[in-house]
Amino acid sequence: MTVIEVSNLQKRYGDQVAVRDVSFEVRAGEIFGIVGPNGSGKTTTVECLTGLRRPDGGTIRVLGLDPDLARAELRRSVGIQLQESQLPDRLKVWEALDLYSSFYADPADWRALMADMGLTAKRNTVFAKLSGGQKQRLSVALALVGNPRIAVLDELTTGLDPQARRDTWQLVRDVRDRGVTVVLVTHFMDEAERLCDRLAVVRAGEVVAIDTPANLIARTELPGIERPSLEDAVLALTNPPRAAA
Amino acid sequence: MNATASPDTARSGSGTRATPRRIAIRSTAKLVVTEAKLFVREPLGAFFAIVFPAALILVLGGAMPGFTEPSADVGGRLPIEVYLPITLALAIGTVALVNLLNALAADREKGVLRRLSTTPVSPVRLLGAQLVVNVSALVVGCGLALLAAWGAFRITAHPNVPGLLIAFVLGAASMVALALLVAAFTPTGRAATGLGSLVYYPMLFAAGVWTPGPLMPDAVRRVADFTPLGAASQALQDAWAGDWPRPLHLAVMVGFTVVLGGLATKLFRWS
Repeated sequence: MTVIEVSNLQKRYGDQVAVRDVSFEVRAGEIFGIVGPNGSGKTTTVECLTGLRRPDGGTIRVLGLDPDLARAELRRSVGIQLQESQLPDRLKVWEALDLYSSFYADPADWRALMADMGLTAKRNTVFAKLSGGQKQRLSVALALVGNPRIAVLDELTTGLDPQARRDTWQLVRDVRDRGVTVVLVTHFMDEAERLCDRLAVVRAGEVVAIDTPANLIARTELPGIERPSLEDAVLALTNPPRAAA
Repeated sequence: MNATASPDTARSGSGTRATPRRIAIRSTAKLVVTEAKLFVREPLGAFFAIVFPAALILVLGGAMPGFTEPSADVGGRLPIEVYLPITLALAIGTVALVNLLNALAADREKGVLRRLSTTPVSPVRLLGAQLVVNVSALVVGCGLALLAAWGAFRITAHPNVPGLLIAFVLGAASMVALALLVAAFTPTGRAATGLGSLVYYPMLFAAGVWTPGPLMPDAVRRVADFTPLGAASQALQDAWAGDWPRPLHLAVMVGFTVVLGGLATKLFRWS
């Protein structure tokens, strides 16, 4: 079953083209990755998906709805963890979860969610005193507290130490195991390789490939490199073609 | 309107059915409580909004020689009585341009408004919660100041109560509109605080915080009449003395509320 359908999405800011032509489908229950260099249009794409921005062209269907017209409805069934979205410095962990769960008709049990995210020991800690990993986990918890069918996670592990990154990956798998479809925006290839069932590779506002990480690697042929990594594969796809030597 | 659960709509695990209205009431109440907690957790801000007006009255009345005796400088009235409505104007200016403005700017800079716009709750509701909390703090702060003046110095004023309320509400509205406008076009929290204080001190001057009542030179007063806090202060002083606020001051406050508030609504960026 398809839960997200994007066809020929376009978005400009002034005369700057952020998304030139993006199309992909996300199936229920998968972890779908969007990868590509900075400025390739990843974040703009998910912002259009979630109705935060209005596309200039193309069509989007999320759970069968147009995010631009059905924003209110989709906000109830899509949880979003935005890049660089913080909370007030003096807000405590439990207060944030309690508050955000009150926004939804059928929220998750925030105490259980707090335990799942390993935040119970920090329940009375204010946001400013949390570590980067803890902030990120709280942010993910807030995206999940409304019991969404789809979770959009943007640059989840930027700025985290290696252990925190691995913990966060496990978290994303746990989210999927709850039956939530995950859209993961990242520019870390190890993350994409470990987590994603399928990947859309974007370059300069266009999708250049959609496939499983294994297939993306398998179809890459690089002179002089015997066993290319996913990073090699994606770089080969996203770097502008070099002049033939 | 029927909010009782029927067997087929009640969800297992939750006792009552969550109707949209019940969710709206509950989430709004939680927003207000949360904002109130955050307000109190900024000790300096909470002090200046709630305690400072009363403290100022107590210190001036207790420490300034002659402040509680009739003075020819202020037309034979008690200086403290002249200064009390100015203190109320000071409180309005402080809550609007310091507490409210900083809270709004910080929420936008941190992406709190943006995060909210991904949930079923509109960021407008957060703004509403902040208004409720800040105006409540203002009312408590002014109440304490009046209580201090009456309790410590037995002030016996005969204010025009409806006039006082009108002046207070319009003064607060015009200053809130000014704060919203500053928040609307400052990109960062630091810029908002900077621009806020750039507006704050001239406003206090116009309100007569440094040159109360008849001590303000005529030329200065004529300019001050056309500022929101200056008009508010004059209107409060008139009502405190038992008169009605002058139409000019009411018109200035209404004008600023409509124009600044309208601009702020147009220009406000949510992220």
